[in-house]
Amino acid sequence: MAKQRLRQPTVSVTPEQYKSLAQQYTPKPTIIKNVVRAFVVGGLICAIGQVITNLFAAVGLARVEASAAATAMMIFLGALLTGLGVYDEIGKFGGAGSIVPVTGFANSIVAPAMEFKREGYILGVGSKLFTIAGPVLVYGIATSIVIGIVYSFLH
Amino acid sequence: MGNQTVVFDNPPVILSSYSVVGPKEGQGPLGKTFSKVWNDQLNGEKSWEVAESKMLQEAMQGAIDQAGIPKDQIDVMLAGDLLNQLISTNFAARQIALPLIGIYGACSTMALSMAVGSMLIDGGFAENVLVGVSSHHDTAERQFRAPTEQGTQRPMSAQWTVTGAGSVLLGRTGAGPRITSATIGRVIDFEQKDANNMGSAMAPAVADTLVNHFHDLQRKPAEYDMVVSGDLGAVGLALAGEVLKQSGIDMGTKFTDCGVMIFDASQDVHAGASGCGCSSVVFAGEIMQKIKMGELKRVLLVGSGALHSPTSALQGESIPGIGHAVVIEA
Amino acid sequence: MFAMIIPAFIVGGAICVIGQLLMDLTKPAFTPAHVLVSFVTGGAILGALGLYEPLVKLGGAGATIPLSGFGYNLAKGAMDAVGKRGILGAFSGGVEASAVGIAAAVFFGYLMSVTFNPKG
Repeated sequence: MAKQRLRQPTVSVTPEQYKSLAQQYTPKPTIIKNVVRAFVVGGLICAIGQVITNLFAAVGLARVEASAAATAMMIFLGALLTGLGVYDEIGKFGGAGSIVPVTGFANSIVAPAMEFKREGYILGVGSKLFTIAGPVLVYGIATSIVIGIVYSFLH
Repeated sequence: MGNQTVVFDNPPVILSSYSVVGPKEGQGPLGKTFSKVWNDQLNGEKSWEVAESKMLQEAMQGAIDQAGIPKDQIDVMLAGDLLNQLISTNFAARQIALPLIGIYGACSTMALSMAVGSMLIDGGFAENVLVGVSSHHDTAERQFRAPTEQGTQRPMSAQWTVTGAGSVLLGRTGAGPRITSATIGRVIDFEQKDANNMGSAMAPAVADTLVNHFHDLQRKPAEYDMVVSGDLGAVGLALAGEVLKQSGIDMGTKFTDCGVMIFDASQDVHAGASGCGCSSVVFAGEIMQKIKMGELKRVLLVGSGALHSPTSALQGESIPGIGHAVVIEA
Repeated sequence: MFAMIIPAFIVGGAICVIGQLLMDLTKPAFTPAHVLVSFVTGGAILGALGLYEPLVKLGGAGATIPLSGFGYNLAKGAMDAVGKRGILGAFSGGVEASAVGIAAAVFFGYLMSVTFNPKG
């Protein structure tokens, strides 16, 4: 893409050589540590979700209803912790463990919206709520519609 | 002289230097060398952007006051920051109210502004030139990466944008260290794409500028008391050293980096610091102090810039780098 | 009350590990936004193929709390609604089934954004 031709004198390392050099010098992500942390944090968040589901079921909600209510509750908690400035610390530790659960989805909604409040309530908060949530809903809903259409032709 | 270097016939004098930093920088190993440390990132302003522009204004006013030169004797100010359309600079200049040349060189802005300022003075176009450069961690993060409260992991190669503003006042006459020569760099792109590893994108540009600097002036690294890049971070510094070694230049032990100096390992910044505020405050603080105390006689400051934007990064473009060098002699 | 907690922990943790591996092994291409989008889409497709249902039975919240569960819900809703309303159901079912989640996200997200300021 860059394909530069440089007048001499210049460094006697080609971009190709540099690529492997750069890789060698760049610290590798600590994959095993990250995976263990993601497992523990993600697992804990889901376990909390399970407790909340069980609580809703105990007060008489049907399984599907209890699960939906628990999801809403987890979204509330994720949004609250983001507002309190705690969730980014969890994220720093847990990586994907805190991104993949629906609490991470809430974090991705609140973090940009909160930060763009100074740009106003319509074009700041209102639009930035969907910085990441937007693509998620677009692809999620579009996929479900395609699935529904295919399903209706198969039956 | 040579291909890319100018040697000044009447080397401009650095009359004063002033630096303002955020709390994290104040707690770092260089904390005592800064003129002023803010207690928090906002300092009572309503947004981070306003705070950054106030910080730059404070630093530039500080440099003017310290030099004791009346404002109407300053011909022009050269200033820059990291934000779109240089808003911190333009808004700070609104208050300083001097003729303004806005400069963008990403993290290389300090060295570039000092080089251009010296050329203006040596060329006879100005008597006194005010230089000011700022960056702010939170404004830069939200422009270049993710919102600050988003729970993401920063890779080990990532650098932490410094909150800080540094300013120097250059003059044709007076007492102080002098800027004796400058090497303007070329844009070098070795096809690095990771915005979380800017050091590796900029290292070849710094190496290229240094190769040309030493070639143009027929000098060796050993003739300098300190060669300091700003800001490659730990990864980029090691890479630049390696590239130079393979190009036949041994940098020795005096090759260091502002981004490595400003924080220590306990501050969770990973590969070190970045942002044009970093080299400006390290230069205006630590380096100027050491030159004045006579610990350093001849310093080579190589500002390094990663010339990408969030748009170019999203479109899959690689990150072009640039390096500008200035020589400061006591 | 404490039923299913261990399975939820294990299944949920395992799903998150997949996300972590995607990010660490494909750097810098894969951002958290990519992770969230691919999990929703992936969950929907697995749901449509009938492969996610067993995971929900096995892991409970461990499978429904991750974003793939959100995708699964969308797909399941769309397919169920097709059975009742025909092709119109393909458009209504997904959003209907996940309406609580979407509305909660928008509402609580807005509420928190307005209430708090970022710490930096």
